[in-house]
Amino acid sequence: MKLIEEHPILDFKHGRRVTFSFDGKQLEGYEGEPIAAALHANGVKVYRETPIRHQPRGFFCAIGKCSSCFMVVDGVPNVRTCVTPLEAGMHVETQRGKGVVPLDPEEEGR
Amino acid sequence: MKALRETEVMVIGGGPAGLSAAVEAASFGCDVTLVDSDLALGGQLIKQTHKFFGSRDERAGTRGFKISELLMDELSERRDSVTAYTNCTATGYYPEDGVLSCVKGEDEYFKVKPHKIVMATGAQERLIPFPNNHLPGVYGAGAVQTLMNVYGVKPGDRVLMVGAGNIGLIVSYQLLQAGVEVAGIVEALDKVGGYWVHAAKVRRLGVPIYLRHTVVEALGEQYVTGAVIQEIDERFQPVGEGKALDVDIICMAVGLTPTCELLWQAGCEMIFVPELCGYVAQRDKNMRTSHPDIWVAGDAAGIEEASSAMVEGRIAGVNVAKSLGHGSSAEHEKRLAEYRRRLDDLRGGEVGEKICKGIACCTVDRWEV
Amino acid sequence: MTDKQRLFNSGVLTEERPGAVKPPQELWESKKNGLVIIECPQRIPCNPCHTSCPTGAVMPFKDINDQPQIDYSKCTGCARCVAVCPGLACLVVDLTWGEADRALMKLPCEMLPEPEEGRQVDCLNREGEAVAKGTVVKVTEPMHDKTRVVHVDVPKDLVMDIRAIRVV
Repeated sequence: MKLIEEHPILDFKHGRRVTFSFDGKQLEGYEGEPIAAALHANGVKVYRETPIRHQPRGFFCAIGKCSSCFMVVDGVPNVRTCVTPLEAGMHVETQRGKGVVPLDPEEEGR
Repeated sequence: MKALRETEVMVIGGGPAGLSAAVEAASFGCDVTLVDSDLALGGQLIKQTHKFFGSRDERAGTRGFKISELLMDELSERRDSVTAYTNCTATGYYPEDGVLSCVKGEDEYFKVKPHKIVMATGAQERLIPFPNNHLPGVYGAGAVQTLMNVYGVKPGDRVLMVGAGNIGLIVSYQLLQAGVEVAGIVEALDKVGGYWVHAAKVRRLGVPIYLRHTVVEALGEQYVTGAVIQEIDERFQPVGEGKALDVDIICMAVGLTPTCELLWQAGCEMIFVPELCGYVAQRDKNMRTSHPDIWVAGDAAGIEEASSAMVEGRIAGVNVAKSLGHGSSAEHEKRLAEYRRRLDDLRGGEVGEKICKGIACCTVDRWEV
Repeated sequence: MTDKQRLFNSGVLTEERPGAVKPPQELWESKKNGLVIIECPQRIPCNPCHTSCPTGAVMPFKDINDQPQIDYSKCTGCARCVAVCPGLACLVVDLTWGEADRALMKLPCEMLPEPEEGRQVDCLNREGEAVAKGTVVKVTEPMHDKTRVVHVDVPKDLVMDIRAIRVV
């Protein structure tokens, strides 16, 4: 985990440590913090692949405005991982292309 | 949550301008709803570990995140009049019926019909074009700050900072505090754009500042593994050979631009003002736009600083309350005089000259009724 | 653009100028506990150096954008301004301290590793070059806000070069 252990000014207070999955791998993060922060702490930088040129995209603006950080979360694509809070047991996947929007979120097992 | 909410005042954005507008309007007895798309209120203030400038009124010498806590305390004193929603984005404004659509999280949708609105939507980072600028590892400076100062995550090991305005200089210092190496700062102009003292702080800790330089390429396949910087002349043309640096983050601090989509949708008169870094709404001295029910404050009104954002927010808050018939005329005038004096003071130095020029371009004396 | 101008434009002071001057030499050489040096060569809206000064040595600002003016006869070297300045632009230099060829500098520090009493440190000049070794004599935190003031024993002839420390 690439967490800052000691800081000259700040004291970090994290919430509950939880497990979530990323592309099938079990990872740990802090509940309530953005999914992107948890991924970054685990060394994951590539979040999606663009539809036409298949280029890697990841974190950029961190305020939910640029769409670079979109991933598939619990079956739903185009989730802004920089402002979406992590929950225990979330399934996070690298998004390839535009993703497929589930027609009935309830049925797709959210 | 009800599908359609009514509220007296809707404040869009919970950063320094929005929070100030909300508490000010509430202090006159307005019913206020505030929405912010981030997970916590405070905007960019909560990430600022450095001490603020200005005077005692703007809490000079106090760290940015502490100023945010003070605003939050004020907000909590007004909890009976202000309802704040985080993780909630205002997605559109429908001028025909004066309705704002909002989304909480990814799928809780509702509409608000406010009597008056304060747009305090802040700004967004710009990016300059160079090959491979899409690679993960090319991050906005604000984003790097969020990772390290809010969530305690090390953004990387070695950074190239692009831009020596206040943000580039301050974030470079904060990176050092977080234990991250700063390989260098490149600045296209022949001098740093930010405060000289911010540059001095990082220079004496060994961070090189390459004036008249820019980044010309990001290296790497799946993510950044290096960057090429290049000297440029006064017409921004390349000089000599590029130099490759070993970095895993290229941090973009090349400027912000006001976030104005909702203002455009509302049909407010907009004007391009280079000194304020983009399109901004025309406004009067009370921060009211051409739309009689919409005010603007903070970076959304023109890129400046948190200290002026807070004062603009207060000016908007007073005027919103006034327009709704809350509070006495004497109290309105007293506070407005105080706030205008503070703004003039903040903008009185050499750095404020540019801002004043910009503000003059987009401020009208009075709106025709 | 001259090299000097280029250096200044990147945040390196190359000579005295308004807002960045040395104390008067005679007073400085005899003042126990040292005198303040403020290096603030730009007009920016800021005045905590004055509002934090307990003796009025940093004089009241007519306009908040003015550069600090110092009445050295009132400066006691307390270093409150060193801790409060948002730009870390203040430092105190005590030329009466220690042996004839040593001096004491009181510098602001907000970095880890934590500077501790007795620790050897690298003394850095305005471009971050290590120009001397120093010893930490004392560390205070006058404003109780995590900005430390590090009292470091340095070679006297480098007091106008050293502007930061690095704990090694």
